[in-house]
Amino acid sequence: MKISREDVLRVAQLAHLDLAPEEVETYRGQLDEILAYIGKLQELDVSNVEPMTQMRPRNAGGASGARVAEAEPELRDDVVIPCTVADAVLAKAPDAAKPFFRVPKVIER
Amino acid sequence: MSASPTWTIAGVREALLTKKTSARELAKDFYARIERRNPELNAFLALCPERAYAQADRVDAAITKGQALPPLAGVPVAIKDVISTQGVRTTCGSKILETYTPPYDATSIERLEKAGAVILGKTNCDEFAMGSSNENSAYGPVRNPADLDRVPGGSSGGSAAAVAAGLAVASLGTDTGGSIRQPGAYCGIPALMPTYGRVSRYGLIAFASSLDRIGPFANTITDAATVMSIIAGHDSNDSTSAVDGVPDYLAEIEKPIAGLRIGVPEDYFGAGLDAEVKAKVLAGIALLENLGCKRVPLKMPHTGYAIATYYVIATAEASSNLARYDGVRFGLRVQGNTLMDMYRKTRERGFGPEVKRRIMLGTYALSSGYYDAYYLRAQKVRSLIARDFSNAFEKVDVILTPTAPTPAFKLGEKTADPLEMYLADIYTVTGSLAGIPGISVPCGKSAAGLPIGMQVFATHFGEARILQLVRAFEKAGGFVI
Repeated sequence: MKISREDVLRVAQLAHLDLAPEEVETYRGQLDEILAYIGKLQELDVSNVEPMTQMRPRNAGGASGARVAEAEPELRDDVVIPCTVADAVLAKAPDAAKPFFRVPKVIER
Repeated sequence: MSASPTWTIAGVREALLTKKTSARELAKDFYARIERRNPELNAFLALCPERAYAQADRVDAAITKGQALPPLAGVPVAIKDVISTQGVRTTCGSKILETYTPPYDATSIERLEKAGAVILGKTNCDEFAMGSSNENSAYGPVRNPADLDRVPGGSSGGSAAAVAAGLAVASLGTDTGGSIRQPGAYCGIPALMPTYGRVSRYGLIAFASSLDRIGPFANTITDAATVMSIIAGHDSNDSTSAVDGVPDYLAEIEKPIAGLRIGVPEDYFGAGLDAEVKAKVLAGIALLENLGCKRVPLKMPHTGYAIATYYVIATAEASSNLARYDGVRFGLRVQGNTLMDMYRKTRERGFGPEVKRRIMLGTYALSSGYYDAYYLRAQKVRSLIARDFSNAFEKVDVILTPTAPTPAFKLGEKTADPLEMYLADIYTVTGSLAGIPGISVPCGKSAAGLPIGMQVFATHFGEARILQLVRAFEKAGGFVI
């Protein structure tokens, strides 16, 4: 068993999920099975492998090198573009007092 | 069941130009088809007739005035419900967005409409595109038009079923681990996942940002290529969109294929592959050899690690992307006594079981003490999988595999076992992780009449090469082999 009931509760708390008591055991069993399967990644020797952190084709892809050289990041001109949807967003919000979203009180005096 | 003809984009154009129908009449005809078939298929979650007829009227006015028609003029299309449509409800198949109406259009939507397409409505999908059968939709499963007891595949099941059933001429889906290609295979139509960055994702509601892509479903390769030529290209609103030029797909696909080298990785034809699927895909390869292609056996040794890698990376990214659903700014809010209480209650009631499972898995993989063992390791294995492909593309022009290990399974067959469901994507996630393009095309049916899909990969930005190969395959009768 890789994952305990306490692990599930800890992860649910980190993810802001309020699980019902009967869900906890269901998820524990399922996550345990999935994590056991994912454990097969430990079989591989990755000590000399760089993590793939960029999706743009680049030459770091091993012997071959992709055909496309690593592109410069695409940066657009530094020009202010107004956001025109704020009113529409606030109009559909669960609870808004323009120009704010309202939430339960978070600061105690 | 339906005797209605299958429309193609060229067919629509010809019918409009020769005045056999109008764009408005055509839209009306498609809404009538949807009214007839959707109750049993559940492919559409929302229809937008006002918007569709307004667009159709613009097309008809242009015809009356004798103006040049854009490439998709009057073509009825359907859009997966994870792509933002201004003023048209967009739920992602989730209760948490049941009341959400986007304030702007996705770039792909803007481009389709500018090209004259008539958007009929939004299609059902697994919640936040997380699933392989469409059974994770909060609005009920889609059924496969080929057999109503079976799933259409997922997560873009509604977009696949709509086109396969003739309820739209083309549609947009999204693919994160197979969500375009696998439903394409199950429903028996061409389904293309473009290269990462080829199609703008501005306005696509994110699931896993290093994997998500938008792509087309259509009944023919020419139609898929036509839609690609509209939606592909750089967009300054999407920093991950590629600047590379877009080829003339319609010209490229008619080029001869003799001499192309087809890689066939043995790793995709082993245990777990249904015998009928294997036989049809091998028959497809033999047909391409008859057309002058050269078959090259391949080994791609990290294929067996792709599902494990995918379910670490995709869930980690999802746990981060889905943090935005907290009841503050849009969608569902469940009142709570404190802010934290509101977050938790909103997310508990708004998310379905698979979404919660993936958020927890991803949170676990990223949490302190587990990051190196899961997330970092998965990113390294992802490099190895990508390297399998880049090494292979030194020797071959395309790689050919089955799309899915079996034809469409029955509703309810895999819902009790999440891991077994994940394995339905075993042949598609590899290309997702590598960032390369892939298509599924039909290659005949099983004895029970279920569609079988064949997958073709090419290297980054090789969509034209893929489409060229499968266009020749289509012309040679490969779809009904």
